[in-house]
Amino acid sequence: MFETLMLSRMQFAANISFHILFPTITIALSWFLFYFKLRFVQTGEPVWMRAYRFWVKIFAITFAIGVVTGITMSFQFGTNWPKFMETVGNIAGPLLGYEVLTAFFLEAGFLGIMLFGMNRVSARVHTLATLIVAIGTTLSAFWILALNSWMQTPQGHEMRDGVAFPVDWLAIIFNPSFPYRLSHMVIASGLTAAFLIAGISAYRLLKGDDKQAPKLTLKIALTVAMVLAPLQIFIGDMHGLNTLEHQPQKIAAMEGIWHTEKGVPLLLFAIPDEKQKTNHFELAVPKMASFILTHDIDGEIKGLNEFEGNHPPVAPVFYAFRIMVGMGMLMLLISWMSRIQLLRNKPLPPWLLKALVAMSFSGWLATLAGWYVTEIGRQPWLVTGILTVKDAATNIAPGNVALSLSLYLILYVVIMAAYLHTIFTMANRAVEIEEITDEERVKPVVSTPVILKENNHV
Amino acid sequence: MFEANALAVIFVALMGLSILLYAILDGFDLGVGILLPLSQKDDSDTMIASIGPFWDANETWLVLAIGLLLIAFPAAHSHIFKELYLPTAVLLISLVLRGVAFDFRAKAAFSHKPTWNKVFKGGSLLAAMSQGYMLGMYVMGFENTLAAYAFSLLSAFGVAAAYAYIGACWLIMKTEGQLQIQAVSWAKKTGIICFAGVVAVSAVNPLINPEVLTKWFTWPTTLYILPLPIMCFALFVHSQLKLKILPAVNDKGCWQPFVGAVIIFTLCFFGLAFSFFPYIVPGKLTIWQAASAPESLSFLLWGVIVVVPVIFSYTFFSYRVFWGKVRELRYH
Repeated sequence: MFETLMLSRMQFAANISFHILFPTITIALSWFLFYFKLRFVQTGEPVWMRAYRFWVKIFAITFAIGVVTGITMSFQFGTNWPKFMETVGNIAGPLLGYEVLTAFFLEAGFLGIMLFGMNRVSARVHTLATLIVAIGTTLSAFWILALNSWMQTPQGHEMRDGVAFPVDWLAIIFNPSFPYRLSHMVIASGLTAAFLIAGISAYRLLKGDDKQAPKLTLKIALTVAMVLAPLQIFIGDMHGLNTLEHQPQKIAAMEGIWHTEKGVPLLLFAIPDEKQKTNHFELAVPKMASFILTHDIDGEIKGLNEFEGNHPPVAPVFYAFRIMVGMGMLMLLISWMSRIQLLRNKPLPPWLLKALVAMSFSGWLATLAGWYVTEIGRQPWLVTGILTVKDAATNIAPGNVALSLSLYLILYVVIMAAYLHTIFTMANRAVEIEEITDEERVKPVVSTPVILKENNHV
Repeated sequence: MFEANALAVIFVALMGLSILLYAILDGFDLGVGILLPLSQKDDSDTMIASIGPFWDANETWLVLAIGLLLIAFPAAHSHIFKELYLPTAVLLISLVLRGVAFDFRAKAAFSHKPTWNKVFKGGSLLAAMSQGYMLGMYVMGFENTLAAYAFSLLSAFGVAAAYAYIGACWLIMKTEGQLQIQAVSWAKKTGIICFAGVVAVSAVNPLINPEVLTKWFTWPTTLYILPLPIMCFALFVHSQLKLKILPAVNDKGCWQPFVGAVIIFTLCFFGLAFSFFPYIVPGKLTIWQAASAPESLSFLLWGVIVVVPVIFSYTFFSYRVFWGKVRELRYH
């Protein structure tokens, strides 16, 4: 039914899509935790410790899933995409190596102390461990995005007998799309974590949790979201301009531009038709795409006709882009509405709390859609201009890949169900516990065994 | 810039070190998972608490080992894992299941805890067995024969027993009371199976690989290498004798079986490494044929020189923080 190539593609897409959900949360959540811990150290207010304790458990579970689902990747490169390493392994290898050495060990090494070591090390060392874990997660984003960006916009290498050799490592790491992709992804992580914190805090409020902690975390998360949402739109626009310069065929697919033209309209919605090379049911703002991309209402944008046989499939890129932008706009709207309401010292109305709960995982949707735009948009290339996906594929029997793919998919459904169930179980349990007592307030720095017994089951 | 041939040796040594550390470190935490009793709830919490702060970092050694194989010897990586495609998938899925079970068992609703305990145990066992199976196939040169499958299956049980053994020794060191007594009894049983497994692999390996045979039984190499099996045997005997008198008064010597197991793992690893060096795919590819470009390996080696000592120091720090008998583990 399917060939090995198609199955390998589906498997890699499934593996990496599922995996990226979890680091997307933990990269930024680790910084939120560091902030909670730091505020606790500075003020001695137990509410910060409450916030830390609740979210560190969600961090632990999310981090664990991220680690174990990530291991699959390091095996797949060799099994399913052998030509990838044979062709560009001299570049990809060291970047992956640095990720393992400087990021994975750092975060995993200090995670134990961060999660379980609070009573075994000094407060200062514990805060430091939290900071180091945050640095580790961010470093891992740095290295893996350096590699991904190099695959999109390669430079700093030379080809000898069909194999890439490094010439200038700084040029390889800081390739043209890297700064934009890194900022875009790190902010995406910030928004994902912010909406998760806001959503779960809103859920607790809706369940009648009248304690300080969820109100505080809701406020902080909304503040972060309010700042990051417009910033993300700005960075995204710059990223788009960079793509127009280096991968114009991706932009043409994103905007559904079939033929090179001037004064291109911005399509809010359309149904791209690959066969007839046109769009149906267009809903467009005249000349807007030209204005956004060239800052000139009559600017010329290259259409897909210029990249015959060398451009990505249009529909998935086109739709994914609209889902990403749509989610971004929704995040902007909801975060500003909610935060302004809080600014006026009014509690959020139930419908707004419900909207926030519904958007708990909106960051996932936007991030995945964004990755689909950039990764499908790179097709047919695996490494732009150097290696196509088709040429990188393996020759193992399709039955084997079909079997492993099916097992992975079943596994992912089970884990996702358990993960969501567990997070809401933890939120419900947090609703039940008592508010901080006066006694705790007096001796804030001492550990608080009374609460521990109720809400920590390991 | 380093010399190409030297780089291949350096990187295969680094990879070997990562594999050895992985087998020891994730070995004990997988072993604890394999031994997890499904009935006694309290003990299972203490057992899991003993590995809680470490398992994430332990598994990172696997990522490094596989990463180094991929980075430094990409041709070997793709050859080996294409041959071992399905066992690899089983290994990965077991590791995922066991990793998530570790967290879910503590945080999901209480009614689900026994289920996650089962998943944790089953995942640990399956992960260990698939590693043993892969080791068996590697030793057998990826042959598609009945004998190769039978041997690999045997090796699967051998590795699972070895992990259970080092896991039990870990528990002897980290726990007290009833659980410690139980761990001693586990260690006695799994130690014998583990010993049988080591003997089986050592016997089969030279019998089916003529090159390995010549290597081990060429005068005077035999003389130099002979202490290796002798020490291994002596350690097994010593540990079994020691286990008879454990737990001792004041918990004296509770660490001895674990250290013994670590040395046994190390000796077995060197035995295997000696058998195959300089081949990275037995009989097919040497490390020099499979190595990546020297400019890439040099670039990475600088990082290794700076970072690996740092990793060792904070890994050591982490083990020191959680030194001694395990207390109830909680998120603060």
